[in-house]
Amino acid sequence: MSLHQPASGVAGDGRGRWSLRHELIGLSGVVERNLYLVKRYIWWDIAFFVWTVANTLSIVFIARGIEASGGTIDVNRAATSLLIGAVIWAYLGVIFEIMTETVAWERWEGTIEYTFMAPLSRSVHLFGMGAFALLYGMARALLLFAVCAFFFDLSIPDADFGAALVVLAVASVSFVGLGIVTAVLPLISPEKGSQLGFVAQGLLLVVSGVYYPVEVLPRWMQWLATVSPATYALDGIRDAILVGDPLTAMGDELWPLVVIGVVAVPVGLAVFRRGERYAKQHGKLKRSG
Amino acid sequence: MPSPQPSSDPFEIPRPAQVPAIELIGVRKVFRRRERAHGRFSPRRRVAALDGVSFRVERGETVAVLGQNGSGKSTLVRVLSTLLLPDGGTARVFGHDVLTQPAVVRRLVNRVSVEASFFKKMSAAENLSYAARFHGLTSGRTRAGIPEILERVGFPADRRSEPMENLSRGMQQKVALARALLTAPVLLLLDEPTTGLDPRSKREVQAFVKEMRAMHDATILLCTHDLDEAEALADRIGVLDRGRLLVLGTVDELNRRYGAQTLEVAFFAATGREFGEETDPDDDREVFA
Ligand SMILES: Nc1ncnc2c1ncn2[C@@H]1O[C@H](COP(=O)(O)OP(=O)(O)O)[C@@H](O)[C@H]1O
Ligand SMILES: [Mg+2]
Repeated sequence: MSLHQPASGVAGDGRGRWSLRHELIGLSGVVERNLYLVKRYIWWDIAFFVWTVANTLSIVFIARGIEASGGTIDVNRAATSLLIGAVIWAYLGVIFEIMTETVAWERWEGTIEYTFMAPLSRSVHLFGMGAFALLYGMARALLLFAVCAFFFDLSIPDADFGAALVVLAVASVSFVGLGIVTAVLPLISPEKGSQLGFVAQGLLLVVSGVYYPVEVLPRWMQWLATVSPATYALDGIRDAILVGDPLTAMGDELWPLVVIGVVAVPVGLAVFRRGERYAKQHGKLKRSG
Repeated sequence: MPSPQPSSDPFEIPRPAQVPAIELIGVRKVFRRRERAHGRFSPRRRVAALDGVSFRVERGETVAVLGQNGSGKSTLVRVLSTLLLPDGGTARVFGHDVLTQPAVVRRLVNRVSVEASFFKKMSAAENLSYAARFHGLTSGRTRAGIPEILERVGFPADRRSEPMENLSRGMQQKVALARALLTAPVLLLLDEPTTGLDPRSKREVQAFVKEMRAMHDATILLCTHDLDEAEALADRIGVLDRGRLLVLGTVDELNRRYGAQTLEVAFFAATGREFGEETDPDDDREVFA
């Protein structure tokens, strides 16, 4: 290949119009990059998974612990309910972590400016991160559920896993929307952004009824629970797995999830866009200290 | 001037020959920052990184911007790559305003900066692969294209799958060049591409930039604080000092204007300072390089 040819790179020189197809190629690039990272950090991933399994088991053991210390509960049911809480929580954690990394990790590696000056639009870039987060989070959640259910020999004969997965998928849209909002925090405040992400995550954990019914919370916290997508996701999934409720009986959960999702994603994108603008105005894209 | 664009392509981004590759009119960028020496509650100081910079670069030209650390070179590159929003003035790339048409500008520009910014655990091939995707290139096009382009920049074939962190600075900088070329930018921004390289890598990178120059339709803006590099590679040289472009012309023009025999003397005459004298006392080379 001669250097004197106009086609200096693979793109050639006849630049076609940037189209949806290019955006989708870009989106696949986001997923591709994250798969490379999983591959390169595989031991870290395995260690993190083992930690999650241990953490989840220790929570599910609480059900047996209560019985052993004289409490009267349906151990199988309580254990399954706790397991669902722990698995969904782990899933949500993975999504938040990956979305927050959109900015934080790239800033750390020093690649952020190259990503932000690429033609790929920001929304598709973020959707790519969301798509990977869902795939990766879902794979981990299923594995975690299977390992723990096997360990406790749980009996869930009525479970409607299909309905549970649909609820989770619908809820995931909102999770990604919220994740985009937390992703912007490191952009605005390189020093404090990631910490604020943890605060937001912690707030969701306490109000959404991950390990207990929302009704036990003080009233103001219950109000927060009604706007948290995790509340509905947990409700719906517990109904599907413990009671075997079919999808048709999930209106109470699905509708709020759809509404929250439809609001959260555009709001997330708008917030991110403003954050990006702010960062570009004040020179914070790259700034590390 | 040859027309490098197949005129039959109806989707091409209009870049008529008479439109300059770069056009800056009174571009200003001010940062507010705390002085480190005075602690974290000290009042913020305003730094004019670009103070009314105006110039044009014609298509196909290579222009060097010479300036000390902190003179505003990187800020200039970031404005042209849509990573910093100018506070005032107008900046256009092939007639497209960086503020109002950033998406178009991003398709025309790529960049090599002083620090090779890569995912350190990923290999050269992996880093190039996802980056190409962000520019809309399919794996079909990069499968052959990436090895080819790495070979052209003199990157050893047997190290393509090695993590970037194992590579020397010089080697990493070659990958950075390859990444920029892969997307066939019509405007290539080089921000101190050889700073910190060993003499041999430096010569290799410079030789490659020279080859690039010979290529049709590539316009290069080279920011450097290396006088010899500027003289060897550029058609015209500008002197940037504390955010102001003091002069821009051929070496002969500069020498004549300041009655100097060498570029070094001309630089001294233009800035009133010895070359190599620090202008930016802040200890932030790492952060804002
Ligand atoms: N993101 C930023 N935030 C605050 N100050 C900055 C930022 N980027 C650059 N500066 C300041 O602007 C001036 C010009 O910096 P820069 O463009 O990096 O110069 P050069 O690349 O020529 O060394 C310096 O005083 C630098 O400290
Ligand atoms: Mg610089």
